[in-house]
Amino acid sequence: MTTTMRKLVLSAALALALPTGTALAAGGAGHVEDFSFSFEGPFGSYDTMQLQRGLQVYTEICAACHGLKQVPLRTLSDEAGPAIPENQVRAYAAQLEIFDPELDDFRPRVPTDHFPESQLPNAPDLSLMAKARAGFHGPYGLGLNQLFRGIGGPEYIASLLIGYTGEEKEEAGTVLYENTAFPGGWISMAPPLYGDDVVYADGHSTELEHIAQDVSAFLMWAAEPKLAARKAAGFQGVLFLSVLAVLLYLTNKRIWAPVKRRAKQTPAE
Amino acid sequence: MSGIPHDHYEPAPGFQSWLHRRLPIVALMYDTLMIPTPKNLNWMWIWGIVLTFALVLQIATGVVLVMHYTPHVDHAFASVEHIMRNVNGGYMIRYVHQNGASLFFVAVYLHIFRGLYYGSYKAPREVTWIIGMLIYLLMMGTAFMGYVLPWGQMSFWGATVITGLFGAIPFVGEGIQTWLLGGPAVDNATLNRFLSLHYLLPFVIAGLVAVHIWAFHTTGNNNPTGVEVRRTSKAEAERDTLPFWPYFVIKDLFALAVILVVFWGIVSFMPNYLGHPDNYIEANPLVTPAHIVPEWYFLPFYAILRAFTPDVWVVQLASLVTGGIIDAKFFGVLAMFGSIAVMALAPWLDTSSVRSGRYRPMFKWWFWLLVVDFVVLMWAGAMPAEGIYPIIALIGATYWFAYFLVILPLLGVLEKPLPQPATIEDDFVAHYGAGHGGAKSPAATPAE
Repeated sequence: MTTTMRKLVLSAALALALPTGTALAAGGAGHVEDFSFSFEGPFGSYDTMQLQRGLQVYTEICAACHGLKQVPLRTLSDEAGPAIPENQVRAYAAQLEIFDPELDDFRPRVPTDHFPESQLPNAPDLSLMAKARAGFHGPYGLGLNQLFRGIGGPEYIASLLIGYTGEEKEEAGTVLYENTAFPGGWISMAPPLYGDDVVYADGHSTELEHIAQDVSAFLMWAAEPKLAARKAAGFQGVLFLSVLAVLLYLTNKRIWAPVKRRAKQTPAE
Repeated sequence: MSGIPHDHYEPAPGFQSWLHRRLPIVALMYDTLMIPTPKNLNWMWIWGIVLTFALVLQIATGVVLVMHYTPHVDHAFASVEHIMRNVNGGYMIRYVHQNGASLFFVAVYLHIFRGLYYGSYKAPREVTWIIGMLIYLLMMGTAFMGYVLPWGQMSFWGATVITGLFGAIPFVGEGIQTWLLGGPAVDNATLNRFLSLHYLLPFVIAGLVAVHIWAFHTTGNNNPTGVEVRRTSKAEAERDTLPFWPYFVIKDLFALAVILVVFWGIVSFMPNYLGHPDNYIEANPLVTPAHIVPEWYFLPFYAILRAFTPDVWVVQLASLVTGGIIDAKFFGVLAMFGSIAVMALAPWLDTSSVRSGRYRPMFKWWFWLLVVDFVVLMWAGAMPAEGIYPIIALIGATYWFAYFLVILPLLGVLEKPLPQPATIEDDFVAHYGAGHGGAKSPAATPAE
């Protein structure tokens, strides 16, 4: 059979499962730097100051094009998250407009509203990007490493932000920028960060690598806001179930003891 | 085959007798719980309880999730995020449900392979086996439809690929596919009916589980020796068995607790480990993921599906003989369903008179090779269908079929089995007795 026949025979869907060079195929995958984040590992938690700095980077730079439509603004005051005081969250929300169909007009957002959607149609929403780009340590990386070194999504985002080489090329009217982290090597997003793009109130370094990590940490929080509560439930549950297992082990041993004793006394016929 | 003789429920005079004459429900519970169980069951006999627990867990968490979920293409993805962010404890319920599917499949695979090794499928337990296979098929259907509900990229494209399989059926395929999807492509109608069926099928499974248990309570459990419980008298039966309560209930619950420690650890500390990251991207019919990969528990069968490419000679032969009606795609679909069908036929394909693999020296090797084959197929299913991988998948698929269709029938003739213990009691005493394994019973008879 010819190759054309073969293509016809395989369903479109199955053909789609054929190669196009992915992280899985390890072909076009870019280089992802293994940053160390505070929220990795069973004991890891978000660094409040880092999330606040990340929010600042997101607000001043990313939000120009991207959105966070799944994230309710009120969660910015979560204690295990950025922990921004409620009045400041209200003020932050008020700067952002939303179209209210009931008023048939724009109004300032309130904390129960979500972050705005992407401003540009081709800029993806970032609400879940840190989880959607997982896999660096995950099932396709080094497996159980995920338990101790995180899912790899924030590492990918930070690597992407610092991965621009400065090379550009034009393809079908679109300018593409070379990036060492992006699969395939060429990305349509212009370099968003150069270093010293923001001024931090806490005096933290504004070097490119630091800003990139701060905003990546913030996006990880945006994707997984309940991380702290989940890990706390994990310790409680594992402890409780372990105690239960020990009690059941002892009960089981005790119940079976006479049966096994009798077997010991039974002469092998 | 009569049941194992044992004590039955005797209603006390008064209310118990009054109720018993009208509805013998206490007797049913008593007889179910006190069923004589071979005392030599090992730790591979715990998976039934784990599976029952997983079914209840999935139904319980699923019922809560559906209260907050919106089955509409515009809202499904956001409603899952609503569960993850706004519903009290929603992130935990959802992660438990998501990973609960993996727990379910880990347990079912170990349960099936236990049955294959110890010959649990053999007479008189064929009906138990067949019901089990039906449960397994329903589990796969339920899990597949559940995976579509979050309406992520893998949900959408997985649904497109799998429903496309039905489109491969000659003549009627396209009609069936459209009927399944409720339209020409995966869309709102598909999402709605998948939710409906995802909610329905677990209850069908629950019903079949009851029949599964009824069937093996009628024949009695198999056990690691494959030797039947003596049932000429109650006294004899009692030397081979112990009542299910408390001996096996507590043992199984202990095993379940250990498994749940691991499960809870995964749910709490690496809940997305077994999922595909692309499912955190909302479904987009215009953007095809570079790589469409099903969940891990489908991978072995996905590998078999993709193994039969048009350049394989059996495919070409089938195409030639049927005048092109069976093409490579349809052949792959037949192979995938056939791989489960041959497993369901194991009771009639296995010709050996010895039940347990423990006493079958040649069978053991082929069995463990089948386990390895399963893992290799799983790995090949995750790889892109290019280079060496389709060949590996083809070899794996060939062995899968050869095991059931050639090796099992032949081994019964070629193999010289080892001597089996005369009774379960002998096996138990040999294991726990004074000699601790050395006490070989002289009464041990060579295999029939």
